[in-house]
Amino acid sequence: MPYPHRHLLAIEGLEPPYIAELLDLADHYALANRRGTTQRDLLKGRTLINLFFEDSTRTRTSFELAGKRLGADIVNMSVSTSSVNKGETLLDTAATLNAMRTDLLVVRHGQSGAPALLAQKVDAAVINAGDGTHEHPTQALLDALTIRRRKGRLEGLTVAICGDVLHSRVARSNIHLLLTMNARVRIVGPPTLIPAEAARLGVEVHHEMRTGLEGADVVMMLRLQKERMTGGLVPSAREFFRFYGLDAQKLAWAKPDAIVMHPGPMNRGVEIDSAVADDPARSVIGEQVEMGVAARMAVLDLLSRNLRRNA
Amino acid sequence: MTRERVYNRRMGDLLITDVRLLDPATGLDAPGELLVRDGLILDHGASLGRPDGATVVAGGGACLAPGLVDLRAALGEPGAEHRETIASAAQAAAAGGITTLCALPDTDPPLDDPALIQFVIRRGEATGCVTILPYGAATAGCAGKEMSEFGLLREAGAIAFTDGARAIGSARTMRLALSYARAFGSFVVQHPEEPSLAAGGAATEGERATRMGLPGIPRAAEAMMIARDIALARITKGHVHFAHVSTAEALDLIRAAKAEGLKVTCDTAPPYFDLNETAIGEYRTYAKLSPPLRDEADRLAVIAALKDGTIDAIASDHQPRDADDKRLPFAQAEAGGAGLATLLGVTLARVHGGDLTLLAGLDLLSAKPAKLLGIEGGTLRKGAPADLVLFHPERGWRVEAGRLPGKAQNTPFDGRALEGKVLGTWKAGRQVFAA
Repeated sequence: MPYPHRHLLAIEGLEPPYIAELLDLADHYALANRRGTTQRDLLKGRTLINLFFEDSTRTRTSFELAGKRLGADIVNMSVSTSSVNKGETLLDTAATLNAMRTDLLVVRHGQSGAPALLAQKVDAAVINAGDGTHEHPTQALLDALTIRRRKGRLEGLTVAICGDVLHSRVARSNIHLLLTMNARVRIVGPPTLIPAEAARLGVEVHHEMRTGLEGADVVMMLRLQKERMTGGLVPSAREFFRFYGLDAQKLAWAKPDAIVMHPGPMNRGVEIDSAVADDPARSVIGEQVEMGVAARMAVLDLLSRNLRRNA
Repeated sequence: MTRERVYNRRMGDLLITDVRLLDPATGLDAPGELLVRDGLILDHGASLGRPDGATVVAGGGACLAPGLVDLRAALGEPGAEHRETIASAAQAAAAGGITTLCALPDTDPPLDDPALIQFVIRRGEATGCVTILPYGAATAGCAGKEMSEFGLLREAGAIAFTDGARAIGSARTMRLALSYARAFGSFVVQHPEEPSLAAGGAATEGERATRMGLPGIPRAAEAMMIARDIALARITKGHVHFAHVSTAEALDLIRAAKAEGLKVTCDTAPPYFDLNETAIGEYRTYAKLSPPLRDEADRLAVIAALKDGTIDAIASDHQPRDADDKRLPFAQAEAGGAGLATLLGVTLARVHGGDLTLLAGLDLLSAKPAKLLGIEGGTLRKGAPADLVLFHPERGWRVEAGRLPGKAQNTPFDGRALEGKVLGTWKAGRQVFAA
């Protein structure tokens, strides 16, 4: 069943077979990456542009590496968002990209819906690399891949997503993906960091780490941005760490074999204790980064098949 | 003065024949014809004869009603002429059957000076097709701090006082404004939204905003501002009018305040009884409004409040925006929708839907707002200004952004099929629009 979309803008609405197909393909690339047997000419002659309106070294590098391993020509464009008329920049950029005959466009933007807006204007296949507080689809794919490799499945697992869910596109994409694949999802955080009507998404909402982590197979921590503290949503970093920061004591509430995840970059001592983050027995944070390249290779591969058909 | 200038010009008589006469002010709904002399309605009835030299317009059985009185429209002028000018808004108003229009003062510069009020009135007169009644800024610069010169602004022609699309956030300022406006028999119009809760918001807080990753505005931001201002109306005995009310909770508060006998009135705008928040799906910025579109339960509550009289008027809440304001990521795009050309058609959808009678719908669009403002118009009574709209209640058309009259094309109703088409509009007996 070929992937029916031109772009990857969101996980929400993606049917289970396509998620499974992406994960299977990513698994294949993960293995090939480890063996060094990647087919290096799949995207030969294709142009991939990393268009980043927000700084993100790791996501950009991950896409860059994924594209290079498949043989694409890659250009990184960082666009300053400090210019007064951001929108003009966005649509002007679209026109420029069309003129350059871009095939694959990876977009990171601080505004929800910006990649969708761009997708209406460009000829390229658009991959959302994180938009505002909306979605970060490839992060959810790499997280699911990591979980599946460790736990053998997604279905029936209990995943606790903890911390600043309100502002997290990672949380939203993960919620949609995990629920679609029949996992149980809990979100855990202070009420000021839980989005309105979150339960309507199909998740369980917890405000205490003890109940939230109890019996969890996966503990996924989110980054708490410093601005959230200045915005008054939580009173202080030390209070947040005391009640919502993951340390060994809190992790003990989860299943004994529960894995610990974090999309990075981590605020050590705010949402996660170094002792947990660096514990090779529990933490899969390093593996997430590795799976990121494989998941992005799968996305580029799949979307480029549609390009080829349309060409 | 205005009246003399507009109405007492000599011209031949006008006879509009073969129409369904609809006067919400008197309850008249009968076939007949209507005679205009010197810009005023001279007579109407089943058969009026043919005065010498009269221009005869055959109505073809269409509806003839008082020209619409729009309580709330932003005009773009002065200061944002790239979005709309008074001339282009007047063109859109005429095409929408609107003959009197209250202009919001949060322009650039804001209408907080008598000279600016007179300027806008004169610019309206110059269009020849619509009477523009500007609101005076309630506070200097619409900045929400010091009260503006209500007395001097009123003398210059300000119809009432408001800060437009900006809420008067300070309770003390609102108290003083409500109290002071009484001295001039005027009222204060509030954009009812608690600013500290609405700041940065792009959609109604809830499941949809959560899924779309948009900063939300809680529905309670409207109700709590209305509750506060009702309390202030109680202690000041002043008249507060709430614009574009959109939530069930707020309407319940207004209903109770009216029952208590307080001087509290309100309007709503067509998007709030015709659309719900699903219209913003796929980040459609043309459906980004202020207040934001609500859920279906609120939409139904607005309709119920139109039916039971809690809502006093339907206003266009015309907010012109250009492509650069709207072709942006949703949270960065400007809120506001064009509303002049669709005011009648979308209201008639509620008539066709069985929620309102035709007369009740027209009442909310003309007689009631005219009464609220204390102006002539909104009626076909003999001696009233011949501000008229001729429309076919069933004739269909499709709203299309890019093909609307006037400059602003940012309609939240893009693609909506409407039944009810304006065929002609007359201002003081002079035809200013013909379909």
